[in-house]
Amino acid sequence: MTARMIGDPVRRKEDLRFLTGKGHYTDDINRPGQVYAVFVRSPHAHAEIKSIATKRAAGAPGVVAVYTGADLIKAGLGTLPCGWGVKNKDGSPMAEPPHPVLASGKVRHVGDPVAVVVADSKAAAEEAAELIEVTYNALPSVTAVDAAVKAGAPQLHAEAKNNISYDWHIGDKTATDAAFARAAHVTTLDIVNNRLVPNAMEPRAYIGDYDRATGEHTLFTTSQNPHAIRLLMGAFVLHVPEHKLRVVAPDVGGGFGSKIFHYAEEAAVTWAATQLGRPVKWTAERSESFMSDAHGRDHVTHAELALDKDGKFISLRVSTLADLGAYLSTFAPAVPTYLYATLLAGTYTTPAIYAEVKGVFTNTVPVDAYRGAGRPEASYLVERLVDKAASELKVDPAELRRKNFIPKDAYPYQTPVALAYDSGDYFSTLDLALKAADYSGFNKRRDDAKKRGKLRGIGLATYIEACGVAPSAVAGALGARAGLYEVAEVRVNPTGSITVFTGTHSHGQGHETTFAQVVAERLGIPVDQVQVAHGDTAQTPFGMGTYGSRSLPVGGSALVKALDKIEAKGKKIAAHLLEAAEADIEFQNGKFTVAGTDKSKSFGEIALAAYIPHNYPLETLEPGLDETAYYDPKNFTFPSGAHIAEVEIDPDTGTVELVNMTAADDFGRIVNPMIVEGQVHGGLAQGIGQALFEECRYDSESGQLVTGSFMDYRMPRAGDLPSFAVETHATLCTHNPLGVKGCGEAGAIGAPGAVMNAVLNALSQLGVSNLDMPASPERVWRAINDRRAAA
Amino acid sequence: MPNVTMTVNGKTMSGNVEPRTLLVEFLRETLGLTGTHVGCDTSQCGCCVVHVNGDGIKSCTILAVQCDGAEVKTIEGVANGDTLHPMQEAFREHHGLQCGYCTPGMVMSALDLVKHNKNPSEQQIREWLEGNLCRCTGYHNIVKAIKAGAEAMAKARP
Repeated sequence: MTARMIGDPVRRKEDLRFLTGKGHYTDDINRPGQVYAVFVRSPHAHAEIKSIATKRAAGAPGVVAVYTGADLIKAGLGTLPCGWGVKNKDGSPMAEPPHPVLASGKVRHVGDPVAVVVADSKAAAEEAAELIEVTYNALPSVTAVDAAVKAGAPQLHAEAKNNISYDWHIGDKTATDAAFARAAHVTTLDIVNNRLVPNAMEPRAYIGDYDRATGEHTLFTTSQNPHAIRLLMGAFVLHVPEHKLRVVAPDVGGGFGSKIFHYAEEAAVTWAATQLGRPVKWTAERSESFMSDAHGRDHVTHAELALDKDGKFISLRVSTLADLGAYLSTFAPAVPTYLYATLLAGTYTTPAIYAEVKGVFTNTVPVDAYRGAGRPEASYLVERLVDKAASELKVDPAELRRKNFIPKDAYPYQTPVALAYDSGDYFSTLDLALKAADYSGFNKRRDDAKKRGKLRGIGLATYIEACGVAPSAVAGALGARAGLYEVAEVRVNPTGSITVFTGTHSHGQGHETTFAQVVAERLGIPVDQVQVAHGDTAQTPFGMGTYGSRSLPVGGSALVKALDKIEAKGKKIAAHLLEAAEADIEFQNGKFTVAGTDKSKSFGEIALAAYIPHNYPLETLEPGLDETAYYDPKNFTFPSGAHIAEVEIDPDTGTVELVNMTAADDFGRIVNPMIVEGQVHGGLAQGIGQALFEECRYDSESGQLVTGSFMDYRMPRAGDLPSFAVETHATLCTHNPLGVKGCGEAGAIGAPGAVMNAVLNALSQLGVSNLDMPASPERVWRAINDRRAAA
Repeated sequence: MPNVTMTVNGKTMSGNVEPRTLLVEFLRETLGLTGTHVGCDTSQCGCCVVHVNGDGIKSCTILAVQCDGAEVKTIEGVANGDTLHPMQEAFREHHGLQCGYCTPGMVMSALDLVKHNKNPSEQQIREWLEGNLCRCTGYHNIVKAIKAGAEAMAKARP
């Protein structure tokens, strides 16, 4: 077969096992002697734990052990660490209250784990868990950020005064305020970014195992980053050194951010397995996913955009309350700060920006990164503001955007909020999207809809995201407590086939195919001669995993660096075998050739010579052709694009039908267009879900999670969505070797603004000018009727 | 504990189960057929769809003892040896799967659709998938795959 290369829609290598039921997800794994853990969780949003009676449960049939928070403290376990520290405006560190593995003293959200029962069967553990009697003294709770910062609000942590973890800011306040003073027009917006539940289809699952003979601990986990879990859990919670702790993340059924973080249950089962000398398995029920997987978004924001008399944006002022939930999840502090406010320039030349963000504790599930993480919140805010400004000034929203886009020749472009964009072309993606969506034909479609009694609206959003996290030194200066480079080990086998070990992790993205394409292209070998391994700390070198659209920009760059080393060494071997100078050896299409001659050796011949070094320059060169490379990015990558939504609303029922959805994106070079389109589709569905359907709700009185299952949390279904029109236009990333930017989060970042702008465009026919997500039938119907009542 | 016997993917299988054991638990835990997944506890997600006596059913909604004597087909029984079924092949060709977790249920549900409607339209496919959730694909390529799979099945029929 011929080698398939970069740019081809190579069909995925991983599909065969998934399509035949042969995937290996964590819950598919069973270990000899395995026992089952079930967690007892708080039914209260906020309460003191007066006592926990475990005796009846401990004596129940099949029960092996019962543990509470007191047992873990006695055993000397640490608390769940936070991986990012943010500073207050005055430079002081954020309030960082401890996050116990099992609650002790107090519970702070519905679902907070207080005890764990381990038994011979899951059923026995479930039955015994019912016998645990926890006496609570219920306390008043607060589940909304705006209420949590008010005087007299219930206080969650002694360490966090007024429930505030940090009061942070970015940008030049003086310049921003000064620009407002000379503005010709100011557009103001109060906006809510709704709380979401990630809901990967595979619930979290863990198996802890311990080998008493060797002292080795193993954790099988549904993680996006097994090495990070090994470090966090080993060093901070269990105090187990890395060489005695193996973390395996096998096939993982979707993550979307929610499986980045180190969770209590991981530490609990690993520790319990050590105590019992038996494997301990836990698999979340979906209801537990709702009340224990980190949630996403949840901002309340006041923003103002200042424009001059020509419609140029001159200043942006933003004040956001960001919900952190009850405890600081692993990367929570970074999401509403460095992943949010640094993106407020968007695709525009706005010269002055000032944003302040308060990170706030509430009696809710911790909030952390969810697909896009901060960037959807920024994009949604900016794009709603821009559309509102266009509406107020009665100008075409596309035209207002064009007028304010960063010009094509302005790169590298330094924004007023820290980031320096390396490349982009927002004009071309906008034009592509407008054409694909037939923007100019919209008025006719709106008029046709009107005849049918429907309100039709069109909306667009342009976005930019900072991906490929992250330059380690920059991230470290901003508070990251980890490096964010990536690693690849390329093992060349003696007959010339390749095994790649990557520190990134695939949980649907198709690395096994994409990474193989990169290798195949470079070495001139078929894709099926390349195997990509990931997810096992015993196999792969220390890498940081997959999130923030980093796998190809950072992990792929490490892979290219390793391939560079292999080519360089291969040239030395070829020079020896071909009796030529190293400088005269060229490598192309899998062949090392003496320049200007037909003398050549194939890659396979060089590999064989490296491992059977009978004729080999052993005095100057080591045998073997394996190479490992680490890559620390020089900058973030900046994917961008334009998304356009078209909706029809039934004014009698408030039902919004998404009629068309168009995305035109710039991801830089594309390795596998089929996979990239698939990533866009999935992101769009999640963005549309946020705009039209999904909303995690708490009861403000009781603090109960109201949307606790798929029965009441509205996931997007096939019948809710149209087929998508997806286009791309590439400007290459200038600072990584593949020129790639990352594509995993784009859909979720651009779509909410586009859809809500379309909904508001439709509703503007009735005079409705503001609406928060999700645009559910009830909300739309109320908005229409409130307006009618007022008129 | 009652003994149940059923034909699973053409083979007679039996096991002793607690009466409360769900079919999906019997398949996964007793028979080790882990291709059938559980994505929720409320019969909403469809990751666990299998065929019982030829009909698509969520295997988390039926007890193993109710399937005593039944013919059960799971994702493991769809391919013909090493040759993928045309519906599986269509999912691969059209990138109708990403993380793979909902995939077995999607394929089993798609085959159930084709049994009822040999030439489904895009709209009919989208409506049929009401009981199957996917968080990765936005359904776009699943719908394409099912349409192509149905067409390939029609062609393969003599």
